Amino acid sequence: MNELLRIEGLRTVFATPSGEFAAVAGIDLAIERGRTLAIVGESGSGKSALSLSIMRLIPPPGRVASGAIMFDGQDLLQLPPAAMRALRGRRIAMIFQEPMTSLNPAHTIGAQIVEAMAAHEPHMAARDQRARAVAMLERVRLPDPARRFDDYPHQLSGGQRQRVMIAMALACKPDLLIADEPTTALDVTVQDEILGLLRELQAETGMALLLISHDLGLVAGMADKVAVMYAGRVVELAAATTLFSDAQHPYTLGLMGSAPSFTARRARLLAIEGTVPSPAAMPQGCRFHPRCALAEARCVADSPPFRDFGADHAAACWRAPLDALSLGEREAAL
Amino acid sequence: MTVPLLEVENLSRRFAIRRGLFMPRTVGHLQAVDGVSFTLARGETLGLVGESGSGKSTTARLVLRLLDASSGTIRFDGVDITTLDGASLRRFRRRMQIVFQDPFASLNPRQTVGAIVAEPLLLHRPGSAAERKERVAEILSLVGLTEAHAARYPHEFSGGQRQRIGIARALAAEPDLIVCDEPVSALDVSIQAQVLNLLGDLQKRLGISYLFITHDLAVVRHIADRVAVMRQGRIVELAETENLFTSPAEAYTRRLIEAMPTTAIGPSIRRRLNLLAAARPAQQSEAA
Repeated sequence: MNELLRIEGLRTVFATPSGEFAAVAGIDLAIERGRTLAIVGESGSGKSALSLSIMRLIPPPGRVASGAIMFDGQDLLQLPPAAMRALRGRRIAMIFQEPMTSLNPAHTIGAQIVEAMAAHEPHMAARDQRARAVAMLERVRLPDPARRFDDYPHQLSGGQRQRVMIAMALACKPDLLIADEPTTALDVTVQDEILGLLRELQAETGMALLLISHDLGLVAGMADKVAVMYAGRVVELAAATTLFSDAQHPYTLGLMGSAPSFTARRARLLAIEGTVPSPAAMPQGCRFHPRCALAEARCVADSPPFRDFGADHAAACWRAPLDALSLGEREAAL
Repeated sequence: MTVPLLEVENLSRRFAIRRGLFMPRTVGHLQAVDGVSFTLARGETLGLVGESGSGKSTTARLVLRLLDASSGTIRFDGVDITTLDGASLRRFRRRMQIVFQDPFASLNPRQTVGAIVAEPLLLHRPGSAAERKERVAEILSLVGLTEAHAARYPHEFSGGQRQRIGIARALAAEPDLIVCDEPVSALDVSIQAQVLNLLGDLQKRLGISYLFITHDLAVVRHIADRVAVMRQGRIVELAETENLFTSPAEAYTRRLIEAMPTTAIGPSIRRRLNLLAAARPAQQSEAA
C-alpha cells in the first residue's frame, strides 16, 4: 500500500456574523507516494482552504469542522500542535504563489534556508549548514549560489525568489510538497523551468506533490490525477489522460472551453457564464446548476452523487454521461 | 493602400540610472525600448509579447504619449504625435485609451461606476446630464453590465466585472485604439474567457484596434492578427499569428513557444463542448 495521504470527509468552515460557511464542504482524496495530484478550480472553489487544512494553517475564524487527514497512518487533525509543527516543513512542505509573502525580507536567503534545515536537524555544524544550503540553491539552479547565499530577497527576481522558496521547502526532503499556484506570477520560460525542476526532484526523492492551480493546461503535463473543485466540493476526479479525453462534468468542460489554448483561433471561447457563488449564497442542489447550460429540474432540487464513469474516473453530475444525451435533444439544441 | 491607424518608427527610450542619495549622478543608461517599429491597421489586433523587462509596457506608454520617446516617431491616423502637447495632444488622447491588468487599482474607489464611465464623456463629449446618463447606460450594456450597476462602487464588483468597468471607461471616449496591458492576466480562466469574448465582440462591432500586451502566448495566439515578440527592448520577430506559432523564425520565439503547455483535448471533449455551446442560448433565454 503506497498511499501517503488520505483525506476523508473533510469540512472546513469559516464563522461569520451571518453564520458558518463551509469553504471545504466534504472532500475525499488520496495521494500516493511519488505521485502528483492536481487540484484545479477557480478562486473561491476552496482549493487553497483545502491545502491550508492539510497544513493545519487555517486562520481563524476558520476551522476544520470534521473529517480526517491521514498522513502516513496518523490523523493530522488529532496531532498535538507541537507534533504538527515538527511535521510541517520536515515531512510536509508548502510553496506559495507569491514568494515575497513567505520569505523574510530582513534575513538573507541563506540564513532562511539554514533556519528551515536547522529547525529539523538542530545538531548540524554551521559549516555543513552553509554547504548544504548552497548545494540546495545549486539544485534549484539559482545562478552563482555561493555568492547569492548572502543576498536578501529583494535583490532577487521573481523567478529567483520562487527558486529560493522551493529550495527552502525541499531542504528537508519532505514526503509531501504542497505547491499552491507555484508559477502563476512567472514568465513562461521560468514557469517551464520550475515545473521541470519539480518533476526532476520528485523523480529523485519520491516525494508526493499536491499541485494547486487554476490552469488545466498546466497541470495536464504534471499530474497523474486531477481533482476538479467547485464551490468547496470535488466535482470530478480522474487520471489526467482520462480527463482530457473523457471529462464528464460540465464545469470541467467549461474550464477546457474557456482556455484559449484549446479553442480555435479567434473563435468564441465557451466561457462559463456568471461567477463562483459566495459561500453565503450557496445554491441548492448541484452547486454548479446556475451556471450550467445543461441544468434541469433535478439539478436544482438534489445534489448529484459522485458516480464512477470507468476506472479511475468519477464525477458528480446528474446529466453525465453526456454522450448518452438523446439525439433528438442534441438536434433541438443545434 | 489606406494609412494605418498607428505607425511606430524606430522608437527608442532610455532611462538614466542614477546613484547617490544627496548628489545623484547618472552612472549609466538603460535602453528600455530600442528601435521599435510596427504598424497597426484599423480594426486590427497586434499582440506584443515578451517576458518581464522586455520593454512591452514601456512601448505602450510611449505610444500613448504617457512617456516621451528619446527618439523615433509615432504617427496616429497619419499625424506625427511624437512631440505634440497641450490641446493638440488632448485631441488625440481621446482616441487612444488603455485597459490595465489590475482593474481595481485603476478604478477610483470613491466614485460610482456611473461617474467613472461618465468622466471621459465630460472631457471629450460634453452634453447635458441626461444625455450623459443615457450614454453611460448604453456603454454599460455594451460591456454586459446594466444601468443598475451605475450607482454602485467598484468594491462591490468581482474582478471580471471590474475589468468590464475598465473597458467601459475606455469605450466612453469612443477610441480608435485601445492598448490592453495584460487585461486578463489577473482573472480566473472562465472570467478571462468572458473578457476575451467581450473584447472580440467590441472589435467586430466598433472596429477598434487593439495593441494587446501580454506574457501569455495562448491568449495572444487566440486574439491577435499579428504578433510582435519583444526581448531586451527590441522586436525580435513580427509575423502573422499563425505563421509565428507554426514556423517561428527566431530561436527566442521558438523557446517561448516550446515552453507553452502542450496538452490537447480529445474528440469526445470537442463534441461535448459543442453540445454545451448549443445548449447555451436556451439557458440564456430562460434566464432573461
